[in-house]
Amino acid sequence: MAKRVGIEVSLAIAEMAKLANVDVVAAYPITPQTHIVEHLAQLVANGELDAAYIPVESEHSAMSACLGASAVGARTFTATAGQGLELMHEVLYVASSMQLPVVMTVANRALSAPLSVWGDHSDVMSVRDTGWIQIFTENGQEVVDNLLCAFRIAEDPEVLLPVMIHLDGFHLSHMIEPLFLPQPSEVEQFIPPNRYPFPLNPGKPVTMGAFAPPIIYSETKKAQQANLEASKAVILHCWEDFGHHFKRYYSPVESYLSEGARVLLLTMGSFSETAMAAIDKMRQEGKDVGLLKLRLWRPFPFKEIRQAVKNADVLIILDRALSFGGPGGPVCSEIRSALYHEQNRPKVISFVGGLGGRDITVAGFEYIVNRGIQISQTGSEQEFEIFGVRE
Amino acid sequence: MTKPESELTWKDLEIGSIVTEPGNASQYQTGDWRSQRPTLNHDRCVKCGICSIFCPEGCIEQNADGYFEANLFYCKGCGICARECWTQAITMMEEEE
Amino acid sequence: MDKYTVFVPRLVTKKEIFAPGHRACIGCGEALAVRLACKALGQNVIIVNATGCMEIVSSQLPYTSWRVPWIHTLFENTAAVASGIEAGLKVMARKGKQITQGVGVVAMAGDGGTSDIGLQALSGALERGHNFLYICFDNEAYMNTGIQRSSATPFGASTTTSPAGKISIGQLTWKKNMPAIAAAHNIPYVATACPSYPFDLMAKVKKGIEISGPAYIHILSVCPTGWRCPTDLTVRIGRLAVETGIFPLYEVENGEYKLSFKFPQLRPVADYMKLQGRFRHLSEKTIKEIQHRVDKEYTRLVEKAI
Repeated sequence: MAKRVGIEVSLAIAEMAKLANVDVVAAYPITPQTHIVEHLAQLVANGELDAAYIPVESEHSAMSACLGASAVGARTFTATAGQGLELMHEVLYVASSMQLPVVMTVANRALSAPLSVWGDHSDVMSVRDTGWIQIFTENGQEVVDNLLCAFRIAEDPEVLLPVMIHLDGFHLSHMIEPLFLPQPSEVEQFIPPNRYPFPLNPGKPVTMGAFAPPIIYSETKKAQQANLEASKAVILHCWEDFGHHFKRYYSPVESYLSEGARVLLLTMGSFSETAMAAIDKMRQEGKDVGLLKLRLWRPFPFKEIRQAVKNADVLIILDRALSFGGPGGPVCSEIRSALYHEQNRPKVISFVGGLGGRDITVAGFEYIVNRGIQISQTGSEQEFEIFGVRE
Repeated sequence: MTKPESELTWKDLEIGSIVTEPGNASQYQTGDWRSQRPTLNHDRCVKCGICSIFCPEGCIEQNADGYFEANLFYCKGCGICARECWTQAITMMEEEE
Repeated sequence: MDKYTVFVPRLVTKKEIFAPGHRACIGCGEALAVRLACKALGQNVIIVNATGCMEIVSSQLPYTSWRVPWIHTLFENTAAVASGIEAGLKVMARKGKQITQGVGVVAMAGDGGTSDIGLQALSGALERGHNFLYICFDNEAYMNTGIQRSSATPFGASTTTSPAGKISIGQLTWKKNMPAIAAAHNIPYVATACPSYPFDLMAKVKKGIEISGPAYIHILSVCPTGWRCPTDLTVRIGRLAVETGIFPLYEVENGEYKLSFKFPQLRPVADYMKLQGRFRHLSEKTIKEIQHRVDKEYTRLVEKAI
């Protein structure tokens, strides 16, 4: 029987890494992820987790050390946020293109300048194209559940891709929540041991990271794309199996009170919780609204998005990041693009909000929905609106 | 033998583009780079092997009689062996072609 | 068979871990250095290689010149990747998941990838005390990208980004002393080596891989292409670098300096420099300045070794 404990989400992440029996942790502190690496250090120091804890000297080296560890077949884990994710940017591309199954939790944080340690999705959006499997979570249970799944998905011989679990910095990382943590036996049953097929080993020498002249580079990228697309089947199967074992179910796009709704709001991350409260309130007032929660960010769930919005007239998307000089809300622009060829598609309205840790209340979401409906009727000069900014 | 790169499809690639055949670059002929080739005077050669130590290609091998001769499939004709040979047994000659 | 203290080439293993058919320039001193280092390393190693000459000439997809497990990722993270490999192997052995016993971890990078962009990762790895050997193959510039200066380029050398011109003599700063930086981390073993002294090089590499903890070896790699010298002079120029005191060969074992060769008198630096096109533009005055500095640094080194 699973235990329910009141625990800070960051610490729960560390506990989950312990339950998953990770072999190598590359650790570099950055707000708001520090509690994760601190707790992992304590677990190792107490002998509760038998892992190599590498206190690296930067995030670039953190991800680089993960490459090395993963390449010899070790189960590898790290955590970062904001600027740290930026510093390891080039290494992220290498992890995915070299197919090294590293697992990383990112406590989403706003990007400098100005310096902000508080949460938003600008760091997530800057790594869209890195080829990692990326999953959004909205509460502590979702974080630990998907972290468990992440190890299994990443190391699956049909996948062998690195996985990022996104959680909102502070809003989620520092929350103390009552969580179900699995028993070690349940974890052992759910995650098979890491059997990387070509570990660096003198008994069977391989060369990793050969360079590709133009004649062959395109083929390597096609292979990478095909691989990431194919991982979706493994992700879905993993979630199905997870639901079977633990009775909590996950899917690429989740909905809340959206049946028959003509107006849909779409959020990612912890704002989904507040948005649900807003939807409850508006439903009670007789409004025809529902909520969609994007969970699987990469590989992008084209099919599920199209299915979820096919009966809606208006789709209002709240992004927590701003693509300057461009479409404004990055997720919105991707969804709009995904719906472009559909026969029946809703009007897609873009809002950007919650930047740098700014909160959005239930009333805020009500405003966004109403304003979104208004824009869908009257149109707007702007490509998007920033919610709550003082003009 | 590895397929030439111009014929490889994306499905031919190993995971992460890993190369699983160690040393398969030894198929590549670097011998056609050279404009001069080493020739060995057997009377002067004392079979010390210092030429084989100093060859950047690692292509100087000891033959059945014990003499050290460059494998012309790989030899780039740098001339280090001729320069370093203690008994000056090696001379670099122009490639005819 | 593996004793490199006796100068018998025939006894060195014939196995080429760095297979011929690689695409290094004609007369490449770095390829020679790598080849000799590999003789001493043996089969039971994993090599982590930085972006650079050796990586490019040896690993063009779908070919590889390497007969041992080898990984290249990026330019500046060689020591960090090596740290991950070392830690991964160690913990997996502890947990009973180890594949092979006693595998040596070797990081190979150029001077750019070590003393410039790779310095942070190297410093971190040395400080953390990982059990690995780091070899810097120093051809004194960013050769692979076309002979641009690095912090290892010697004073007065002409490179494409420190060219000799009407108002400049080329590189205006003195070569960064990487072995001293490595030694400042108080690691068990630091050494300098040169392929012109092949048995000394091989002995040092063997020592470096066998020692427990971090080891750093700095190998001078003569580059005929970048230094503008004839391809057959690679070994001779390397020898002159040592004989002039410009690149002294020494070891630092647990902080104790030990010269590998003691010369009763150093040759003038001009003997070394006049064979290389990259120094051709230098005036007598500048060469004297260089001579003075080389003498001063060599004296200081000898004093440390006493």
